[in-house]
Formats: sequence, C-alpha cells, structure tokens
Amino acid sequence: MEPMKPMKSCADDGDCCSLNNDTNNKKINVRQVSLGLLGLALWYVVYKQLLPFSHFFSYGLLGMEKGSHLGEAIQFFVYDTPKVMMLLTLIVFVVGMLRSFFTQERTRKFLAGKRETAGNVMAALLGIVTPFCSCSAVPLFLGFVQAGVPLGVTFSFLIAAPMVNEIALVLLYGLLGWKVAAIYLGTGLAIAMVAGWVIGRLKLEHLIEDWVQELRAGEAVVIEEKLSWAERIDRGREAVRDIVGKVWIYVVAGIGVGALIHGYVPEDFMASVMGKDAWWSVPVAVVVGIPMYSNAAGIVPVVEALLGKGAALGTVLAFMMSVIALSLPEMVILRKVLKPRLIAVFIAVVGGGILFTGFLFNLII
Amino acid sequence: MEIKVCGPGCASCDKTQKIVEAAVAAQGVEATISKVTDFQEMAKLGIFSTPAVVIDGEVKSVGNVPKQTEVEGWLKS
Repeated sequence: MEPMKPMKSCADDGDCCSLNNDTNNKKINVRQVSLGLLGLALWYVVYKQLLPFSHFFSYGLLGMEKGSHLGEAIQFFVYDTPKVMMLLTLIVFVVGMLRSFFTQERTRKFLAGKRETAGNVMAALLGIVTPFCSCSAVPLFLGFVQAGVPLGVTFSFLIAAPMVNEIALVLLYGLLGWKVAAIYLGTGLAIAMVAGWVIGRLKLEHLIEDWVQELRAGEAVVIEEKLSWAERIDRGREAVRDIVGKVWIYVVAGIGVGALIHGYVPEDFMASVMGKDAWWSVPVAVVVGIPMYSNAAGIVPVVEALLGKGAALGTVLAFMMSVIALSLPEMVILRKVLKPRLIAVFIAVVGGGILFTGFLFNLII
Repeated sequence: MEIKVCGPGCASCDKTQKIVEAAVAAQGVEATISKVTDFQEMAKLGIFSTPAVVIDGEVKSVGNVPKQTEVEGWLKS
C-alpha cells in the first residue's frame, strides 16, 4: 500500500519534500515489514497452541475431570483469555495505524461535499475507521455542522462510530465466529445508514441548539500532520498500550463471568427467558441496554455465554447494540448541542432499528 | 505566555494538560495554563476536535495528544 500523502498541504505551503520522505520511508519499510511479518508468524504459532495448551493445563496439569463443572470453567477461561487478548492486541495495533490516515478533519472535509444517501453510506463506513471517543462527540458534531455536513449524514457517523467498534468485532469473531461478527458489522452499518437517512428526511435542523446554528460563519483550524511510516507504527503501538491497557480488566472479568456461566448454568437455562419464543425479550433487551454503559470489550464475553445457553441471537444482538450505541452518558453530552426532541427522535429511530434487527434475526435463524 | 488546553475532561485531555505542564516546567518559561471545557468557547477558537492546545491565541494542535518535545518546541518560538 502506498503511503497516503497529505498532498494538499504539501502543495499549499510550497515546501514539498515528499520525494525525500518517500525514499526514507521505503528504507524503514523493508526492515519494519520483515520484522512485522516475523512478529505476525510468531503470533500465529502461539495462537494455534492456545487450545491444546488450555486442555493440557486444565485436564493434565491440574488433573481436572473432563466435563466437570470446574474443569470446563477453567479450560474456558485459560483458553479464551489469552486468545481474546492476542486478537485484541493485533487488531488494535492495525486499527491504530490505519487511523493515522483517517483524521476527523479529513473525514469532515470529505463528508462536507456529499449529498444525503451517498453521504449516509460514506459516513457510516468512515465511522468505523475515524478515531472517535464519546467525549469528542460534541466537538465533532459542531465541526460537522460548521463544515456544512447534512444533519442526517452527521447522525449516520455518530451512530456508526461507537456501534461498529473494532474491539467488539474482534471479540465477536474470536468468541463466536466470523458469521456473528459479519452479521453485527452488516446490521450495525445498516442501522447507522438508515437511521441517519431517516433523521435527514425528517428535516430537524431547527432542533439543533441555537448557538450551534450561529457557528456556520466560523472557520475551523486544521493542522495537517505529516506522518512517516515509523510514526504511524508508533501510533499503532500507542493505541495498543492505551486501549489494551484499559480494557484488559473488562476482558478478563467478562470472560470470568462467561466461564462461570459456561461451566455451571444449565444448557437451556436462558432459552425460556431470552429464547426465540419470548418475543417480548427483544424490546426488554433494548430498554435494559440503554442505561447500561459498558464498553464493547466487557459485554461480548457475557453475550457469548448467553448465546451458549440458549438465548436467541437476535435478542442478544439487540441487547449488545443497545448497550453500546444508545448510552445515557452520550445523550447527556449531546444535550448541549441538541434540543431534547431531537435526542428523543435519535433514540426512537436507532432503538427502532435495533428492535427490527433483533426480531429479524430471531425470525430467520 | 498564555496557554489554553481545550477538552471536556476525558483521559486524553488530562494527559495533554500534564504534558503541557511538564513542558512549561522543563523550559522554565512563565506561562499561565488554563483549561477550556466549554464547547462554545472552543468553537469560537475554531476547535472542533479535542484535545487541543492554544498558545497566545494560536492553535498549535487539535485532535491529538502532543508529545512533550513538540510542546517544548512551541514554547521556544
């Protein structure tokens, strides 16, 4: 892949040194790419040993009986914890590097020229790769409004950014397989696109707080960074230190809960409460999920355990999406720029999309 | 010198604040460091992603946590 150069700023300030930079980058590339490949191979070898090791550890070393409650729980924990941590580290590193290409400024500039519909699709996709945390939601919203990004397109971004979360995707893939991960990715994007489009259609621009409206005249300060590959790799490393350092405790706790359920809760325990036949469980899952605020990392192992014990996929997906995408703290922050009615519309539209997804998957799977 | 650190108070904003304080101490310059948590004020400065650092009215960084050496460089000029 060619490094993406900040072409415009280069041309603007005249001191274009991309030629020099390129040769420099390539030198670093050869060494770092080979190092990277070596690391990846090593990662893979270790990863493949995790399952046999967990069996050896629980049933051989500890002498647990296969099929016993405690044995199953321990094996589950010893297998899943390093597996999830390894997947997490790899993906967070890759995404951290990737994100150095997609700054919020670039995304904003890109979306400003887009019409609705196509804009909704692009915004949802960019929501995955643009760096975002819920505390930057408001400035980001202001920036989008100020740059003239349509309201519905802005919402597509705001919905997709937290919901289609790389950590959640990795965990779903690692714990439940690629199909569930793909379903989550697909429906998450679809909800962001459609909900944003609907909000755009409703023409609710007057429900943005008045002081925000007056911003349109202002000018956004943009500082283009020129990053070398070494710096991008640094970004990846920082992301790993930052994110993995923060979420590992949730992962371990989540898997711990998962392990207990895995070993001790009877097979069909959840079927009556969260099974396919209990249609009311989908709306309940959504409502219960709103005040709950957990990061994706903590919720997925619990989801895995619920699914394993007979809960229906649609219900569990609805619960997970509601916890991640509709969070009370984010609503409180967004209140500063949105009038209450618009927040209510936002919750209703996104909640409706999640409900639909839940019912749909309970029906077809 | 007047330094403003803009951010609603998340982890990266606190980190930026500490880095700026450390840089000021290391360079031994006289500076007042203040925190801007109000979005409206940030928007007036043209800041739409956080954390951001403003020195004497000039926006030095937006949307990322600067390195201490970077901040020290801004203080010198």
